[in-house]
Amino acid sequence: MAATPLLELKGINKGFGPVQVLHDVSIAVYPGEVTALVGDNGAGKSTLVKCISGIYTIDSGSISFGGNPVTIHSPRDAAALGIEVVYQDLALADNLDIVQNMFLGREKKKGIVLDEATMEQMAGDTLASLSVRTVKSLRQLVASLSGGQRQTVAIAKAVLWNSKVVILDEPTAALGVAQTAQVLELVRRLADNGLGVLIISHNMNDVFAVSDHIATLYLGRMAAQVKTTDVTHAQVVELITSGRSGDMGLPPEKPAEFADAAIDITPGGEK
Amino acid sequence: MTTTTPDETTTAGGIKVAKPSVGRYFNDYWGKIRAGDLGTLPAVLGLIVLSLIFGISQDTFFSALNFANLFNQAAQVVFIAMGLVFVLLLGEIDLSAGFASGVCGAIMAILLTKHDWPWYGAIPAALVTGLVIGWVLGFLVAKIGIPSFVVTLAAFLGFQGLLLVLLGGGTNITITDSFVVKLNNGNLSVLWSWILAVAAVVGYLLVQLNKQRSRAKAGLVTDPMGVVAIRVIALGVVILLATFALTQQRAVNPAITSVKGVPIVVPIIAGFLIIWTFVLGRTAYGRHVYAVGGNSEAARRAGIPVDRIRISVFVIGSFMAAIGGIMAVSRANSVDPNTGGSNILLYSVGAAVIGGTSLFGGRGKVIHAIIGGAVIAVIDNGMGLLGYQAGTKYIVTGAILLVAASIDALARRRSAAAGTR
Repeated sequence: MAATPLLELKGINKGFGPVQVLHDVSIAVYPGEVTALVGDNGAGKSTLVKCISGIYTIDSGSISFGGNPVTIHSPRDAAALGIEVVYQDLALADNLDIVQNMFLGREKKKGIVLDEATMEQMAGDTLASLSVRTVKSLRQLVASLSGGQRQTVAIAKAVLWNSKVVILDEPTAALGVAQTAQVLELVRRLADNGLGVLIISHNMNDVFAVSDHIATLYLGRMAAQVKTTDVTHAQVVELITSGRSGDMGLPPEKPAEFADAAIDITPGGEK
Repeated sequence: MTTTTPDETTTAGGIKVAKPSVGRYFNDYWGKIRAGDLGTLPAVLGLIVLSLIFGISQDTFFSALNFANLFNQAAQVVFIAMGLVFVLLLGEIDLSAGFASGVCGAIMAILLTKHDWPWYGAIPAALVTGLVIGWVLGFLVAKIGIPSFVVTLAAFLGFQGLLLVLLGGGTNITITDSFVVKLNNGNLSVLWSWILAVAAVVGYLLVQLNKQRSRAKAGLVTDPMGVVAIRVIALGVVILLATFALTQQRAVNPAITSVKGVPIVVPIIAGFLIIWTFVLGRTAYGRHVYAVGGNSEAARRAGIPVDRIRISVFVIGSFMAAIGGIMAVSRANSVDPNTGGSNILLYSVGAAVIGGTSLFGGRGKVIHAIIGGAVIAVIDNGMGLLGYQAGTKYIVTGAILLVAASIDALARRRSAAAGTR
């Protein structure tokens, strides 16, 4: 694998009361590469992302950023490190324009007056650095943008702040074919600009189109983090659905212990 | 790489955008209207049509005396509506604004008369009362989580009662303080009328030019100069014509007393219009108000203190209601248990909505309160001149409010459709 990971999580455990959601999860995000996080519903993808972005605090485990151990207790800690999350439901205000949305909550000011010119310039530069050249005007209301353009604005908002790691939660879930291609291209460009990208997706085509590594969560455990070029479509699907594929993934369930199956339904449980 | 066709120009970051021209500007405006972003257009058109109807059917409608009267009559509703714009921007409502204005006016009147306070003590006391009322309402909505409809409905009843209690069960307090009486009855001198009118036009011109200059300096697209000129000239014509009309002699019998000049309440309204427009359009606070109104979850994730914003709009709302109350007391020279009652609140909400502020939150400007207030004042005044009874006036005003709310709802549907296209 490439150089040192930009963001590395080791042995993360997270539970809510009696429910253990994450078991000893480890994952690494590399600069300049796209890591896809896949897994079935309820595998713990969202919980893992919320642990990274500081919405949840981890029960145990270590997080290191750029090789240094760090602690993340709040979204502000994550933002200070340069970790930005683009949520599925976008978090854009329809009644504001592109520039206003990109600077929402972090407006540039001259005295008490908003510095619109500087903000518009920075927004334009950021969009240009992502090779977005398709907006009619930076002062267009977000309500008038297409789904793909909105996702673009949400992503641009995340990279505006010199972020180093961008986490995208199902960025293409609601998009059409052409727009999906557009957004994936943008995701690729983020990585080419040297950022570490973690993308959550259910869509295998997207995952194979854009990612360098695939990390598969299975029932709260990290089944495997592999190079995209090393695996096939079918293998990843197998990893998602059963936690292993061939010699990859979690150790096989204990065979011939069907008597205990009623109790021990967690695959890969302690031997 | 940056080959631009004659129709294109580049803005920040070398992004290609359509080159602005006067024609394209109006084209875009038309596009916005078609997409459902009507702004003040229906209200302005309505204002012109109504004025023409009343002017043709009743000569006195266009008399200088009646024109000046319109401002004094509309003042209370306009001030309350300005505050309501903030509340409506968050998609909330303040049903108690009418009686809050009555309570604040009564407090000023009682301090002036029963306690012999000077105006410079009584007016701030009324304003502080407004701030406190707004904070309590906002706290109940934002922190306790009661819907604003219920909180302010309760406050509506409560303040109605409080007003009765303050006035000792229904007496009427007459004020004589000349400063307070002048606020909504007096006029500026002709000289000052012209000075302020010219200053307003020149000020607007400078603000526009300054905006153009700073955008050009930053290498951003600017509005075409033709559009700027049209804006400044249009505003200049309206202001100067109005000033001309208001500086004519309008006394019924000029031999006895001379009445001319812009009503004092006009520059007060203009002052608040400028302040609140600045706050909403040019400060981070204003931006956050729009953001919370548009998508409060997005605002929360962006680190905006949503609860504090919510409280603040109620504070502004009740503060402006207090000013409306002071104006009402000044106009009538007295306060009675129905000051701020009857149709004042509905007229105020109507003014904001007719002017173009959305009931669904996120869309609205302070100027809407003034344009909408003008529409309502024209209906009230014009139908009164034509000799219609109060009943007919209410029915017509109600119908117009429904039309405005329908436009709002349809525009919202339309822009939602345009947004997902």
